[in-house]
Amino acid sequence: MMISLNKETLKIVSEQDVVLFRQRLKEYASKIGMSLLNQTKLITASSELVRNILVYARQGEVIIEVVTDRLQTGVRVTFKDQGPGIADIPKAMQDGFSTNKSLGLGLPGAKRLVNYFDIQSTPGNGTTVTIIRWKR
Amino acid sequence: MANKTSEVLSKRKNDVLEAWIKNQIQDPTLREDLMSNDELHTQSDELLNSFIQAVRSGNYSDISTQEYYPVIEILNSLSITRAYAGFTPRETAVYVLSLKKAIVQVLQDELKADQNTLIEEIIRISDLLDSLSLVTLEAFIKGREEVILRQTSEINEISTPVIRVWEGILALPIIGTLDSERTQIIMENLLQEIVNTGSSIAILDISGVPTVDTLVAQHLIKTVNATRLMGAECIISGIRPEIAQTIVHLGIDLTGVQTKSSMASALRSAFTKQQMVVTKAKAKQ
Repeated sequence: MMISLNKETLKIVSEQDVVLFRQRLKEYASKIGMSLLNQTKLITASSELVRNILVYARQGEVIIEVVTDRLQTGVRVTFKDQGPGIADIPKAMQDGFSTNKSLGLGLPGAKRLVNYFDIQSTPGNGTTVTIIRWKR
Repeated sequence: MANKTSEVLSKRKNDVLEAWIKNQIQDPTLREDLMSNDELHTQSDELLNSFIQAVRSGNYSDISTQEYYPVIEILNSLSITRAYAGFTPRETAVYVLSLKKAIVQVLQDELKADQNTLIEEIIRISDLLDSLSLVTLEAFIKGREEVILRQTSEINEISTPVIRVWEGILALPIIGTLDSERTQIIMENLLQEIVNTGSSIAILDISGVPTVDTLVAQHLIKTVNATRLMGAECIISGIRPEIAQTIVHLGIDLTGVQTKSSMASALRSAFTKQQMVVTKAKAKQ
């Protein structure tokens, strides 16, 4: 059973929100005593996903939560947008695939940086990505 | 509808002005340090004149019409000047709202006999002044935003210095988030400086970049490639242990790029490439 302890929702509309969001996320991660390496991994993965919101959907929201599951504590971040959605998720999860001339490493890279990664998307109805990074 | 307010205002303009200025001076928030009383007087007189002119048209509800252009223009420039001068939004809004008090005082005085007209006129004038005070707030915020934008671009300018550390060696300490706009500035500055100094090695130090994600990496690779096209070499330094691991997990390929953990080691490798040796001076005999 996973229990959510602390919850905060942030709107993402512009590049400035990304900076604010990263700072808030760092606060949460360091508050539960996450190591610097895991903090960096979490923040980098989140940075990729939040950037996807800005690039593809222009705006959306993120929910930061501190979660515990039995003996583990961690941070869960949910990224929601009402953008165009992803037609082929397995393809989007491949290294080097991009519809936007970028490196195409954002989604697969973010998945490698976190402990739990879930992506839900229907074309035309937006995308929701949930990630969890445990404290250790 | 009878335009009673306009009549009263034209007739007793000086009383209104006096009461208004008195209100402002009595207000504890008046910033005498930022604006002299004379200045306040001229400003208020000018605004009141154009306001009375506008009200004369009998239009009280729609401030987007032509009659109100001069009023709004004065309010805009006034709010923006105040935003620059460091007034708070409250102080700026109070300026217009205290005019309401002055007008109501005079109206009360003039329309004592006719309570119904008085109430009607007060409601109309107060709606009008409320929308005008919103105009000042909007303009005020716009003024502040301009200040912020100016500062942002200034930060961008000053936060990307190109330092000539040695003959033929340039260093670029990057501090803060690397977005497309900053990358563009950095690239321009760096490439220009390579031409100006004829340098062959550039060291990009990313110790001050909090997060290196794929976008930042892509920007770095672009900068390195552009430098290479200019015939110079680029070393990226300041890669912290946690950043190194993150880059590996992300799967970013930096094999074509020379990287070093610190500025010192980057400088040492640059010296080696230039066939220079740094030694301690021998103690004098």
